[in-house]
Formats: sequence, structure tokens, C-alpha cells
Amino acid sequence: MAGTPTTTTTSPPPVPTAPGGRSGSAGKGRTAGSRYPYWFYLPAAVLYTVLFVLPTFASFFFALTRWRLIDFQFIGFDNFVLFFREPALVTGLVNTIIFGVVTSAAKVVLGLLLAVLLTSHIIGRGLLRSLVFFPVLVSTIGVGITFTVLMDPFDGLFNQVLGAVGVDGPGWLTDPSLALLSVAAVDVWKGVGLATVIYIAGIVSIPSEYFEAAEVDGAGSWRRFRSITLPLARPATVTVIILSLIGGLRSFDLIWAMTRGGPGFTSDVIASVIYKQYQAGFFGLSTAGNVVLFLVVTAIVLPLFWWLNRKEVEL
Amino acid sequence: MTTTPAAQRPAGALDRAAAGEPANPAKRTNRQRPNYWLSAVAIVLFVVVFLVPFAFVVVTAVKSGPEASQLSLSWPSEWRIVENFWAVVEARDYLLVIAFINSTILTVASVALMVVVSAMAAFVLQRRASRWNGLINFLVLSGLIIPPAVVPTIWVLQGLGLFRTMVGLILIEIAFGISFCILLFRAFISTIPRELDEAATVDGAGPVRVFFQVIFPLLRSVIVTVVVVQSVVVFNDFVNPLYFLPGERNATVQLTLFNFQSQFNTQYHLLFMNILLITVPPLVMFIFFNRRIVAGMTSGAIKG
Repeated sequence: MAGTPTTTTTSPPPVPTAPGGRSGSAGKGRTAGSRYPYWFYLPAAVLYTVLFVLPTFASFFFALTRWRLIDFQFIGFDNFVLFFREPALVTGLVNTIIFGVVTSAAKVVLGLLLAVLLTSHIIGRGLLRSLVFFPVLVSTIGVGITFTVLMDPFDGLFNQVLGAVGVDGPGWLTDPSLALLSVAAVDVWKGVGLATVIYIAGIVSIPSEYFEAAEVDGAGSWRRFRSITLPLARPATVTVIILSLIGGLRSFDLIWAMTRGGPGFTSDVIASVIYKQYQAGFFGLSTAGNVVLFLVVTAIVLPLFWWLNRKEVEL
Repeated sequence: MTTTPAAQRPAGALDRAAAGEPANPAKRTNRQRPNYWLSAVAIVLFVVVFLVPFAFVVVTAVKSGPEASQLSLSWPSEWRIVENFWAVVEARDYLLVIAFINSTILTVASVALMVVVSAMAAFVLQRRASRWNGLINFLVLSGLIIPPAVVPTIWVLQGLGLFRTMVGLILIEIAFGISFCILLFRAFISTIPRELDEAATVDGAGPVRVFFQVIFPLLRSVIVTVVVVQSVVVFNDFVNPLYFLPGERNATVQLTLFNFQSQFNTQYHLLFMNILLITVPPLVMFIFFNRRIVAGMTSGAIKG
């Protein structure tokens, strides 16, 4: 299901040449075949199979074991039972979904707003575009440490500024109810640039005649945004949602650099649980976490992918 | 995703679209004057939101220890760039230097191999229709979506004797980066006419020569994009070195920075000097290849 949309993009170009190539290959089948030999796949296929596909399949087995790498003991679904019973682990599951949905939604909204702003007639557009995109390229750990310091409850710049205007700033990363959202905000700060450039690419590909015709017809700027930009930037929206959901649900390094899942377990996500269990030597439980993460990602992303692309066909 | 107009355009147009140039400049730019009020608001907003954190990193990195620990965004009263720089470099027996060497080896080796290996696969995948293509496309997309299973990967690496080795980590980075590269290469190769390979074959070139002497040189622009994007990704990678190359001696820059956080907890000037140094390579990439990076990330995104 996931494979079909992309095949359609690439198959049209070869179609005109295919009949000629095919009828030729009927006679000299060996030449056409050996011009594109299968062994070109080999290096990529070996690496990918051994280091990605095989571990993925193995994870489904080892998730059912008590595992010490040298030996394992089959224990059925005990790891999963533990995963859904232990409050700290359940928090991780819930937080993963919150984190993914919140960051993804914020990136869609802010990315679209920034893209509209950065395609309008303002001074210094190019420079502002660079400015919003640059955090995407900066080390996540560096960003995490910087914001941890900025969000320091007593000396941090955020609360210094808030204090100067007479507001008592909260403990951004020390307040259990706020920590996860603070990290999510930093993730949005770092990632919104990518959403913005995707939207910019989508918006500039809309023919300007549409906007001009609408303007002639008396449509105001809100109407033009609502009726032209928004629907025609839809493919960009789909991309931003899918990409940031995949990234958000798997996210680990920013959370680990800023809170390490704390205070307590309140900002733990599945990915950080996986690391903690791995460190503690519970390899089976850690792998069960991987399987849960796999299920969460596919259960959210695949139907969404299918649904968003299907609606596009209907339009 | 695939119906984005930008996705169907040749690479040149995509670059332009991604770089945000209007499709028809004459029509869009002449008509309106810039909106000065909006510009002023936007500039102030962007400076506060996106520039202040970087400014904070820079000023803290060049302050003296006591001044830096006040954590304020003030102009440094004395500039200690050189002292702080050497203090960070010399810390813990030049660990940062070793880390930079390790990260360079990791980035160069994995990106170089990733490019060759994925371009070969993408070439055959795009050119040769077979009943395996569906499965291969599915696997490529899976690589973008599925989170890698950590401990089983360690188990495989241990079985191969590659756990805790640089070679192992390089292979891991290649395996995890292949999907993105194949998608980009395949889209680009579909714009290269097949007649070219046919002509080369008629002239007596074998498949290896057709690929490496005819096709590969034509991929130059997309190779630059892939190299730049993946270099930034691998250089900034924290998770994979953390799992697959633990240990002090062979740390990468991201791991070193992470460990500095706990050790230099009160020495903010050194911590931020470290962040500053680690930000330099992506910054250089950004200055020289801004448009390539944006084009690569948006086109990869639109097709993924």
C-alpha cells in the first residue's frame, strides 16, 4: 500500500520508451537484462537486510523473551504486560503520542503561517528564510543544552525576562506538568524551518494567475488564503504532517538532552524508555519497547498516509 | 504526497521552487510594494525567536567563567575567545580533537559509501521493471518510517564482531540512510533518457562502465545534494553513536558534547564554546549549500 504512490511517480517517464525497449529485449533479452544487472542491488541489499530488516524481524521474537544477549528465555507476552501495567512505562506511551501530535500540529500551523509570511512582499525575505531554516541543521544536543540553560527556573533568560516584567516564570523543565510541553516547544522551534520550506515550495508552485483572477473578482487576502493557498498547498500539508509525526513519535535526543525523561518519569517517551531499559540490562523489555514504538508509528502513520492520499484523489 | 507539482518537475525547477523564487518573477514582484509594517514586525519577531538563542550561545562562549555563569544575554565585558577555545580543546586530553577526527571519519566514509551503494540500487530500480520492484519500493519506504530496533541491531553487530567499532557504526549509518538516498537518486535518474544507456551499450560498454562512466557523472547535482544533506545528518547524529559506539576513546562530537554537559555543569563558558565549535561545520555547509540543502530536504520530503 505504501509502495504504490511512489511507483506511480516514476513509472510515467519510462512508459514511452518501454515498448521499444521491451520489443528489443525480446530479441536480445540478455543485453537488456545485463545492462541493468541485479547485482547492483547487492551492496545496498546486504547492508539493509543485515542491519535493518533482520533486526526488525528479530525484535518481534526477542520482545517475547528475557534476554541477556548471551542467552534468552522465552516468557511470552510478559514484557508487554509489564509495559502496559507499569505506570512509568504507560506514561511513556501516552507522552509519545502527545509529543508527536502536539509538535506535528504546531509545525503545520506555524509552518504555513511562516511560509505565507515569507512568500509575501516583505523586506529581507531571503535572510529571514535562512534564519528560520538554520536551526534544522544545528546539532539537536546543542539546541537541547542551550534551551535547558535558557529555561533554567532561576537564572535562565526566559525567567529573567519574565521577572523583569513582573511575572513569575514557571519551572519550564522542572514542573512535571510542563516539562514535556517545553521540550515539544523546543522541538517545534528547531523543526519548524523544514515545515516552512516545504510549504514555501508548495505555495510558490501555485500559478500566480489564480491569485490575480481572485483579486480581480474582489477576493480579499483572507479569502485568497482560504480558497486558493490552503487547498492547493495540501500536498505540502500531507508531507509536513507525515514527516513531523514520524520524527516526533521517534524523537529521543532532544528529550534526552533536556530532561532525560524527568522530572520523575513525566517527560519519558517510548524511545527514552527503550534506552533506559537497555542501560539497565533489560534487553527483552527494551526490545518490547521497540516493538510497541513500531506498532504506534505504523498504526498512526500508515492509515493517515493512506487516508490523506486517498482524499487527494477525490478532490 | 506524490501529486505535489514540484515533485514532477525536473530538478532545476524544483531547486528554484524550493529556494522560493517565484515561478514567474515579472508578474509577482513588480506589482506590489513591500509592506514595511509587516516587514518590521517580521524582522523583530524573527530576531527575537530565532537569533537570540544563537546570540546567547556566542556571547556565553566568549565570556569569562564567572560572567558566563550569570547566564544573561549581555555583551561580554572581556573577550576570552582564545582562552576558552584552548581550554575546551585541551580538556580531558584533547578529547574534542579526537571526537572531531572520529566524526569526520564517520561522516566522510559513510556518506561516500552511501552515495555509491544507493545510486547503483536506484539505477537498477528505476530502469529495470521486475516483479520485485513493489517489494523493493515497500522496503525503501519502510526504512523511512520504521524506527530501528536497537538491541537486536546490537546483537547482529556483536555476531559480526562489529559492535563498538567505527566500521560497525559506519555500516549502520549507511543502512539507515539508504532509503532517503535511493528516493532522491531514483527520481533524478528517471529524468535521464534511457537512450543514453542504450547508446553506451551499443558502443560496447558493460553495465559497470555504463553506470560509472555515463550515468554517475550525470548525477553530479543530486549527488551534491545527497552528500550535503546526509553529511549534516550523520555529523549531527547522536542516537546511533550512543548505542553502537559507546566508550570514551572513540566518542563522536555529539557524544562528547553530551558528556561535557554533566562534567562542565558549572563552566558554562566552556560548555557553550563546545556548542559553538560543533555548530561551525553545519554553518559552513549552510553558507555554501543553503539552496541545495533546502532542495534536497523538500524534494526528499515530498516524495517520501
